Amino acid sequence: MELTRRDALAALSAVGAAVGGGVLAGRFDPPRADDAAGNGDEATDADEGVSLSTDLLALLDAVAEVVYPDGVENRRAFVDSYVVGRVADRPDYRAGLREAAAQLDAVARDWYDAPYADLDADTRDLLLRDLGVETADPDPEGPVTDRIRFFLVNDPLFAFYTSPTGGRLVGIENPIGYPGGIESYQRATMSPADDGAGGDG
Amino acid sequence: MSAGADDGGVGDGADRTPSPRADVCVVGSGPAGALAAHRLAGAGADVVVLEAGPRFDFDERREQQEEFIRPGMGDPWEMGGARDAYTDSGRGYPLNAARVKGVGGSTLHWQGMVMRLHERDFELESRHGVGVDWPIDYEDLRPYYAAAERALGVAGAADNPYAPPREEPFPLPAFPPSHSDSLFAPACERLGIDMHSVPNARNSEPYDGRASCQGYGTCKPICPSGAKYTAESHVAKATEAGARIVDHAAVQRLVHDDAGETVEAAVYATPDGTERRQPADRFVLAAGGVENARLLLLSASELYPDGLANSSGAVGRFFMDHLFAGAGGQLDEPTRQNHVGFNTSETHQFYDDTDPVEGMKLEFLNYAGPSPVMQALGAETWGEELLEQLQASYGTHVAMGGLVEQLPDADNRVTLDPDVRDDHGNPVPHIEWSLSERTRGALRRANEIQHAILEELGVDVEWTVGPEATGPAYHQMGTTRMGTDPATSVVDADCRAHDLPNLRIVGSSVFPTGGAMNPTLTIAALALRVAESMAESV
Repeated sequence: MELTRRDALAALSAVGAAVGGGVLAGRFDPPRADDAAGNGDEATDADEGVSLSTDLLALLDAVAEVVYPDGVENRRAFVDSYVVGRVADRPDYRAGLREAAAQLDAVARDWYDAPYADLDADTRDLLLRDLGVETADPDPEGPVTDRIRFFLVNDPLFAFYTSPTGGRLVGIENPIGYPGGIESYQRATMSPADDGAGGDG
Repeated sequence: MSAGADDGGVGDGADRTPSPRADVCVVGSGPAGALAAHRLAGAGADVVVLEAGPRFDFDERREQQEEFIRPGMGDPWEMGGARDAYTDSGRGYPLNAARVKGVGGSTLHWQGMVMRLHERDFELESRHGVGVDWPIDYEDLRPYYAAAERALGVAGAADNPYAPPREEPFPLPAFPPSHSDSLFAPACERLGIDMHSVPNARNSEPYDGRASCQGYGTCKPICPSGAKYTAESHVAKATEAGARIVDHAAVQRLVHDDAGETVEAAVYATPDGTERRQPADRFVLAAGGVENARLLLLSASELYPDGLANSSGAVGRFFMDHLFAGAGGQLDEPTRQNHVGFNTSETHQFYDDTDPVEGMKLEFLNYAGPSPVMQALGAETWGEELLEQLQASYGTHVAMGGLVEQLPDADNRVTLDPDVRDDHGNPVPHIEWSLSERTRGALRRANEIQHAILEELGVDVEWTVGPEATGPAYHQMGTTRMGTDPATSVVDADCRAHDLPNLRIVGSSVFPTGGAMNPTLTIAALALRVAESMAESV
């Protein structure tokens, strides 16, 4: 199944990020490792001592490949659009996300001598499981496994399964958090997918 | 806006100093307080509303929705901590899940079901020898029920043969039955059980400046569209009519005059600990079923050593809630659950039965089984394995719920716990709450009917919530009961304190009995009735 920009905007809608599709691209300069050295626009104490050896968005896409089901198309664009919109007006959330990503990246380099995003998918999956992320409590202020679960696993899962495409995969075209249930709750079967309606929301 | 010396430490610069004079001081901005404030301000009264909690920005509702859906993000309505500390005994009572402190009160997180009580609810002792009669009857409240339905914007239909008489249509058309309701219909028909619509305080079409329902599916505790009524609506109307709303203003006690005949002032504290004194000619206590009683108990004085307005000793006693009864399982066909977060069909057929005499209403749920989104966020795997889990668990669940009446019992009560203090040093409320054997019997009867319907439908019942597993419906009632006898009740038929005529108490704390209907429409109707009688002398 293919994730669309419309899915990304739907997921953003569920988190209250009212970002129009047309302005997404220019809103956010993805943080890189050198941001943590002070070149970023909002480096915080949380960034000190940790750094990303690759784009944050590349790392998030690498996690998404692991936690999303097989056969998801256009995943990178979906992740990019969602994450950019998600953190555009939430500097605290962005700082937490960056820190969790840097911690995960640090573990990858420590265990496998490579950035997380450069590992093959099976190794990325194994790393998360070996860290205990599967059973961790999602907690933005907890131990590193809890933070990875919260920022890097649960957030992309939230985006995916509140989107129409993710919901449809399970069998509900209007998952909670996505407006549309009032159009669908009387139907006996899932409504046909509406694939042709633009994407700027 | 910058912080000001008068903002009480909130940091928003709002003036939280007392008004120089007020005709009416309302304590609490939930539906009872907001409706009363609006009506009184509209009648020309100088009204001040003191609200313990904050004002929540509607623009942040979807962020709050995320907080609800995603584990680890905290309570969207910020309940908990020293401000909201309490203790309990007996069965235990999850008070902070049952209420919200903020502008709008507990309507911020309610589900929005709004039924009128039946005639029998007002005459339980006379008709059936249990409980106690109300000092008013259905006919006294009937016009105010209609006014309350207009105020809240109720979507409903006159298809309920068991409902009390009404003289006008609902302001909004009912929501049509859900797909899963249609699955129940043949089974109920074979059993001779009538299904009918649910009156919902939720816009089925745009109403009163608010949007129609869009189906986010998270009605309780968050409606991001604004279609579900909250008392914020009447707080805004009250403000437009000239009332002043002071948030972050937790009332600590009410102070009476030297003779003990009238309330003179409400002493409130702002987050910086500063205490201020708001005088007024009259007071309306509208802080909810627990805090209404607690505030009276906290206001004890030399003249009223057992608490203000408590000559009867009834303040805090007769605490009641509705008990949840439910059952569910799975079908061999799609049930299409979790599209919307509210119910569209129920049955009141068994409400007026006398065996048991406890009222019960049964609901056909539209949110049975796990939500895929929430299940995914709590799963212990991901990827393809997670998807397979979600596909296996979503789609075939179906369930019934229902409310069962709890009769008043003096031993179920709210008191003060002197050993635990809140953030202002006050004793926290202590809730003693238990179920009687007859309540358990009524729950078993509700389960019997639910099982019969589900089995007729072809469901293999997988779970039941009955006497052992039941919990409250978060409808706190009875702690400042109304009655004609000052020796046994706290307020009279006009909700005026027997002891202090310039003090009115509104909300479900005045209910002598609770029936089994969701209480908010009755709360609203009583508030409008009180406001009307007060407005006559403004």
